[in-house]
Amino acid sequence: MTYLTKPKFHHPSLPKNALGYTRRDYEAATSTLCAGCGHDSISAAIIEASFELAIEPHRVAKISGIGCSSKTPTYFLGASHGFNSVHGRMPSVLTGANLANRDLIYLGISGDGDSASIGFGQFAHALRRGVNMTYIVENNGVYGLTKGQFSATADRGSKSKKGAVNTDNAIDLAAMALQLGATFVARSFSGDKKQLVPIIKAALAHRGAAFIDVISPCIAFNNHPGSTKSLDYVRAHNEAVNALDIMIGRDAITVDYEPGKVVEVTQHDGSVLTMRKLNDDYDPSDRLAAMNFLQQEAAKGRIVTGLLYVDGEADDLHGHFNTVATPLNQLNEPELCPGSKTLDKINAGLR
Amino acid sequence: MSLTAVNDFVIRFANVNGSGSASANEMFARAIMRMGIPMSPRNVFPSNIQGLPTWYEVRVTEASHLGARGGTDIMVAMNPQTYNADVASVEPDGYLIYDSTRAMPPGKPRTDINLIGIPLTAICNKEYSDPRQRQLFKNIICIGALSALLDMDITELEKLVGEQYRSKEKLIQPNIHALHLGRDYAKANFKCPIGLKLKRSDKVGDRILIEGNAAAALGAVYGGATVCAWYPITPSSSVAENFTKFCGKYRHDPATGEARYAIVQAEDEIASIGMVVGAAWNGARAFTATSGPGISLMQELFGFAYFAEIPSVIIDVQRAGPSTGMPTRTQQCDLINCAYASHGDTKHILLMPEDAAEAFEFTAGAFDYADRLQTPVFVLLDLDIGMNHRLCRPLQWDDARLYDRGKVMTAADLEAGKDFGRYTDVDGDAIPFRTYPGTHPTKGGYFTRGTSHDARAKYSEEGADYVEGMQRLLRKHETAKGILPRPLRHDAGKPTRFGVIYYGSTAPAMHEAAEILTARGHTLDLMRVRAFPFHQDVASFIADHDFVFVVEQNRDAQLRSLIVNELDIDPVRLVPILHYDGTSITARFISGAVGDRLDALKVTPLRKAMS
Repeated sequence: MTYLTKPKFHHPSLPKNALGYTRRDYEAATSTLCAGCGHDSISAAIIEASFELAIEPHRVAKISGIGCSSKTPTYFLGASHGFNSVHGRMPSVLTGANLANRDLIYLGISGDGDSASIGFGQFAHALRRGVNMTYIVENNGVYGLTKGQFSATADRGSKSKKGAVNTDNAIDLAAMALQLGATFVARSFSGDKKQLVPIIKAALAHRGAAFIDVISPCIAFNNHPGSTKSLDYVRAHNEAVNALDIMIGRDAITVDYEPGKVVEVTQHDGSVLTMRKLNDDYDPSDRLAAMNFLQQEAAKGRIVTGLLYVDGEADDLHGHFNTVATPLNQLNEPELCPGSKTLDKINAGLR
Repeated sequence: MSLTAVNDFVIRFANVNGSGSASANEMFARAIMRMGIPMSPRNVFPSNIQGLPTWYEVRVTEASHLGARGGTDIMVAMNPQTYNADVASVEPDGYLIYDSTRAMPPGKPRTDINLIGIPLTAICNKEYSDPRQRQLFKNIICIGALSALLDMDITELEKLVGEQYRSKEKLIQPNIHALHLGRDYAKANFKCPIGLKLKRSDKVGDRILIEGNAAAALGAVYGGATVCAWYPITPSSSVAENFTKFCGKYRHDPATGEARYAIVQAEDEIASIGMVVGAAWNGARAFTATSGPGISLMQELFGFAYFAEIPSVIIDVQRAGPSTGMPTRTQQCDLINCAYASHGDTKHILLMPEDAAEAFEFTAGAFDYADRLQTPVFVLLDLDIGMNHRLCRPLQWDDARLYDRGKVMTAADLEAGKDFGRYTDVDGDAIPFRTYPGTHPTKGGYFTRGTSHDARAKYSEEGADYVEGMQRLLRKHETAKGILPRPLRHDAGKPTRFGVIYYGSTAPAMHEAAEILTARGHTLDLMRVRAFPFHQDVASFIADHDFVFVVEQNRDAQLRSLIVNELDIDPVRLVPILHYDGTSITARFISGAVGDRLDALKVTPLRKAMS
């Protein structure tokens, strides 16, 4: 944690993206989280992904709930509108915001307490509705702001910092997301930027409900022996199924891939997701197989990471509702009000 | 002896729900309206789909007393389950119409009422073989018999049958046939009409017949709502259902067929209000419709929207609480829970329409108030207004009216160098500017949060910042008083020490009660409150009188408490008149309760008594 404010000064040689923005344009206030917190790495990955995708920062709406993770939208994309809502209700607030203006990019930030406990219902329903969003859970298995209580994603048998053993079963949010019909499901690790950045980029480019479970060790309360969400434990048990490259638009493919070792998915917006297989048998377009694989590996104590499932043809809630292309918040009297003549007719029909 | 009256009586149908009686009864009520006679129908129904008792009451009232009257002059007793109680509730010299096919259920027969037995089942069984037809046509045959007994214009009923089955033409003739079966039987067997009868009139005028929930839904369409998030709950579901229906008709792009609205049936009330707040934050007009239990669930986000200043519209169709209470019975019991919803110091805008016409106007207006004041606005309906058809003036819309989107800073404003501080009171009305997300690449972005913030939306735990914000919210409520619908005062025309304050669905019964009380020699000034926070006129009205009766439909005198609390009124001067058994409040009740107290207060001066 640092109290030094960053200078606004930009070094002239900082690299710029397609829009002419530097990475600094995607940054925001300095984090007030603990030094070494996994969440700060995720914020950095979001900044990197947004920079590389050349997203206009102000066209992102970043919405969160309550908790350490939900504080992080203050620390990235400073030009964006942020919405730090109430505990567990980010999904509904995001859904409403998305309905009002389909043209913005919606980034939902939540934690395991926020999404797996108090907000478990809203987590589920936003995903099953297919809200066009990137929903990131910064998952550390513990309540940080209230100092170390188990969360619902803590594994059974894992130990708290004070030595208590968790006797409840863990909720696997990625497995849940698969079952609920999310059209993009990934898991990653805050300590693996190389894996996380392309996944966030692909999720932001995805039309539909994209869910990313990011294991993000809590340095203060859940980084001890006996924890299954500590840095050491996650590194030792991480099983990545693929490594992702994302090509936007007509970018030339510059990497040579070994034949048979690559899966390609073209998303609705034209972005091409190229996954180098790290597990030869893993097929990220097979939802059922993904669900099975996750359960099998979890039983062996392994944490499966990578892009677990993607449906390139996915649709979203606006598609289901067949709403007009113009954002609803830009419609005015002529489009919305049926007028007095219609009302006279309605009156006549009520006599 | 028999009751006699023209265009002034109460008829009640006792039925079993799910038996198809509702549409026949409604046709009966509409035919009376078509004869130019004002009438007021009320549905009394259980929280159940099939098999439990349900009643449909029609008050025929040439004088346009649209409140419930109390008592029953004609009972159409078709439900054996409730037969004895139904018979007992008939006014002396009233009429009992029953199915005489089988012997009357056991019970002490009343000798002080007139019995009209019609062998409905026998007529039906003779005419129809299909069991479902037997049941449905029985209702129509009964209406046919009533048309003769009450001297109703049969052509109005025939026309209504034609309208109802416009798309299923082969049902028209059988229904008209059934009407005549009943009518002919009544004519052949009884002296028609009976003492209570209908006579064509011209007192309906241009009024329409509509349910408050449908009117509120239309208000949302006209008011420009584009996002509706809701969770089913009696008695509010038909608000969202009607909004869906009207949007289907009036809100699709004629060229592409695409929808200019989004309606989500959410997973619960918390998600509903979350979506409303999210959509409204993002610049869409959004609302939810719910009832008491939903209001309880939404509390946390009400406080958020109050503190973060996000416009949102909540239509609360009140039902009897607490807890699940009586889900299909009416009350005005959510006033306090809405006015001070959520933890911490909060106060919210309430609108209190008296009928469907105001439900339309206030709901459309609610979106303007919410956007202008940047805060939640509650439209308080109740089951009596929401789920009953009621005569009201035609709905009106001025095509020159523009939506008031409130203080929204645009990209052009920001580009022109206007200073933007999200919670800065720049105009002295305590209402700050907001920006919609995505407005400008470098200016106008801010963080919305439920944590305390300074005038520029920065997180702050400084006491001074917090107090400044909380004080500004109070001043914003002062601004609201000048914007919201004013209370309506109706003075008696001669000096009086007594006033009455009332609101919402109490209005028609209160107006009728005032007439009764005037006839009893009491003079009362009336004030109908239409919004909270209260306008100064409410305080003035109370100051003008020694005692003010506050008439309302809850146990704890919630409006009275709100007045005492907000206007610092001596509670002794506000006399509570409370009706809260779940039935609609009646003029008989109000005039009785107020009249008795006034009689008691009418102490003859000692000097006069001695002389």
